Amino acid sequence: MNEDSEQHCPLSSEGRELVKMAHGGGGRATARLLDSLFRPAFDNPWLERQHDGAVLDMPGAMAFTTDSFVVRPLFFPGSDIGAMAVHGTVNDIAMCGAEPQYLSAGFILEEGLPLATLRRVVDSMAAAARETGVRIVTGDLKVVERGKADGLYINTAGVGRVVANHPIEPGQVRPGDRLLLSGDIGRHGIAVMAAREKLDLQSAIESDCASIAPPVMALLNEGIAIRCLRDLTRGGLASALVEVAETAGLAARIQEADIPVREDISAVCELLGLDPLHVANEGRFMAVVAPEDVDRAIDILRRHSVSEAAVDIGLFLEGSAGLVTAQSVIGGSRVVDMLSGEQLPRIC
Amino acid sequence: MKYRDEYRTADAARGYANAIARITTRPWTLMEVCGGQTNAIMRFGIDQLLPKEISLIHGPGCPVCVTPIDYIDKALDIAGTPGVILCTFGDMLRVPGTKSDLAAARAGGADVRVVYSPLEALAVARDHPGNEVVFFAVGFETTAPANAMTVYQADREGLVNFSVLVSQVLVPPAICALLDRPGNRIHGFLAAGHVCTITGYAEYEPIARQHRVPIVVTGFEPLDILEGVYRCIHQLERGESIVENQYSRAVRRPGNQLAQQVMESVFQIVPRHWRGMGEITASGLGVSPAYQTFDAEARFGAVISQDESQGECTSGAVLRGETRPDQCPAFGTRCTPEHPLGVTMVSEEGACAAYYRYRRQVRRPVE
Amino acid sequence: MCLAVPGRVISIEGDDPLTRQGRVDFGGVIKSVNLAYVPEVKPEDYILVHVGFAITVLDPREAERVFEYLETLQQ
Repeated sequence: MNEDSEQHCPLSSEGRELVKMAHGGGGRATARLLDSLFRPAFDNPWLERQHDGAVLDMPGAMAFTTDSFVVRPLFFPGSDIGAMAVHGTVNDIAMCGAEPQYLSAGFILEEGLPLATLRRVVDSMAAAARETGVRIVTGDLKVVERGKADGLYINTAGVGRVVANHPIEPGQVRPGDRLLLSGDIGRHGIAVMAAREKLDLQSAIESDCASIAPPVMALLNEGIAIRCLRDLTRGGLASALVEVAETAGLAARIQEADIPVREDISAVCELLGLDPLHVANEGRFMAVVAPEDVDRAIDILRRHSVSEAAVDIGLFLEGSAGLVTAQSVIGGSRVVDMLSGEQLPRIC
Repeated sequence: MKYRDEYRTADAARGYANAIARITTRPWTLMEVCGGQTNAIMRFGIDQLLPKEISLIHGPGCPVCVTPIDYIDKALDIAGTPGVILCTFGDMLRVPGTKSDLAAARAGGADVRVVYSPLEALAVARDHPGNEVVFFAVGFETTAPANAMTVYQADREGLVNFSVLVSQVLVPPAICALLDRPGNRIHGFLAAGHVCTITGYAEYEPIARQHRVPIVVTGFEPLDILEGVYRCIHQLERGESIVENQYSRAVRRPGNQLAQQVMESVFQIVPRHWRGMGEITASGLGVSPAYQTFDAEARFGAVISQDESQGECTSGAVLRGETRPDQCPAFGTRCTPEHPLGVTMVSEEGACAAYYRYRRQVRRPVE
Repeated sequence: MCLAVPGRVISIEGDDPLTRQGRVDFGGVIKSVNLAYVPEVKPEDYILVHVGFAITVLDPREAERVFEYLETLQQ
């Protein structure tokens, strides 16, 4: 699995070398790791200055967010913790109506983690950052004793230039606004679960982990009246939707038949007794837009690969705050709730 | 997915709903025994398609909900024993015992593992010969053959570090107990299709005859449930009371005889206490004498029955189909899935949880 | 109670009747399933699976009945 990273490895022994407590000690071992691994991978003028922090020139309003990433296994079909750590924060910035620009990265490494594994994660972060157009300009590294962490944890924080000329938040949502979903749901959660649990599933399911900034920037640049954006991570579409409706003080109604769920995702959900509306995503978002802008917004979203299957799934309306109802495929209706507790496979 | 999507179409559902409305002339109360059916009814809004004369009430068909608190306490006790790995279905993790639940025990350091299949528990025992591995075997007749197979195989392989804590229950005695209760108002039953794949339905025929109650073996998809309701109402309107098999693609009258044989050799029929319903004669399964060494109660001490006090919780009446979850004063306010007062709100399949998830109108819990 | 999901048997492995396994296709996802309780099953059959065990073989002819019955009701 490490062929790639071993090829361009500067230290001949790195393929077998492990993270030691000394790597986090702030001394020579730390410096060597930064010089050989992090700085070349992230490669930018801020890191080259080797200062305590990055000085950024940012006129106007900016969005600022942070997120921590703990996932087991570290590599799963379609993505890994490194790409997730970049896309997750980039996506949160985009959800504020801002263009993602700079990230920080903090690493907590477990003693005994193969350096080759770390390199693979860092390379994946660097690739995700390049692809998204953000720079990782400052960072931190700590090592904890063996057994105290699942290999590694990453925290990223990020800033971006606000592009929207009006606030984008749940409080802006009005009755009658439409709810757009950027694509099919449930891939990330099921891909990770299939890789992790001893479920012995063979599938072609890959995480949807991706940056959703490009279609969001396009919506903003083309003047779509976006009221609110929300990326659908843990807790899935249902939790995000209930949260927005609660904060907005409105009810919402969705059509279950309009929500795209791939057949294999839906099959795993049936097997384990999960609701696809509760399953995590890492490359999906919902956009609440003014009713008159729906068609144009969908056209714009469909021009971007990450949102090429965007659909209109429902609307907000006056009613009990946070009450989300779904019309079922047979025409009945039900309440959609947030995920409660952890997601566990069940028998009944 | 074949054998799923075709049973979820709006046109056919409307067709059945119209047919039901055409033949219904007065109020009828039907009980769906199985929590899986309760869930499907709520999730697809099937009850909303029915004429107002028909009430669906939700039976005791959630093995998690009817597992008595004594067994949860025993499982907690076993999980807390040094060197023990307790394996269980995900459903059992949050069911409250007297003082705690298995999720909290796991957080406190106990080795509690969630399995999808009982065979995984057996694999854990093989992989950890130095540990005692206990599988908390709950379920109705559908799950019993799978749970029995672990004991059968453990015996064959000579696995000495494996045992099962058994809280298996049987459906027909519970149906009889409900029908025998004074004030019973159930006119007809939708019997649990998956249970009947194992047991068949010959056993239901004398019940239908003696109690003059139609019983329709019913599947789990919307069209199955609608057809089950139609057949039940059709019988009631004509004064008939026989067993019909709506779920004939999966259920045959004799059931799965091979599964019955393994189940009968590993388990024996015992009296069982049901949460909310008290003790019911011959309504449970325990480990048979031939497999006594695999009984966790033989290794870790017998389950001690205790007085079941429910406090404010009305789950007993809900499990008996006497009240609807949303008629409980605590429903959705003092009792929610995050802060459940009783098992029917804890289990994903409990009637209260299904109502909370799919049917409540007021969201804000009262603090 | 008792979640059971339909799947198509792709292939069958093993001779021991107790541990006979099938590779079963659930809408594109493949999982191993214990076939001890359905000795009659053959590849391409659909089975219902509960907690990793096949509990019954689905009958394709009977599967049409729910639609045929509805037709008779609508005539």
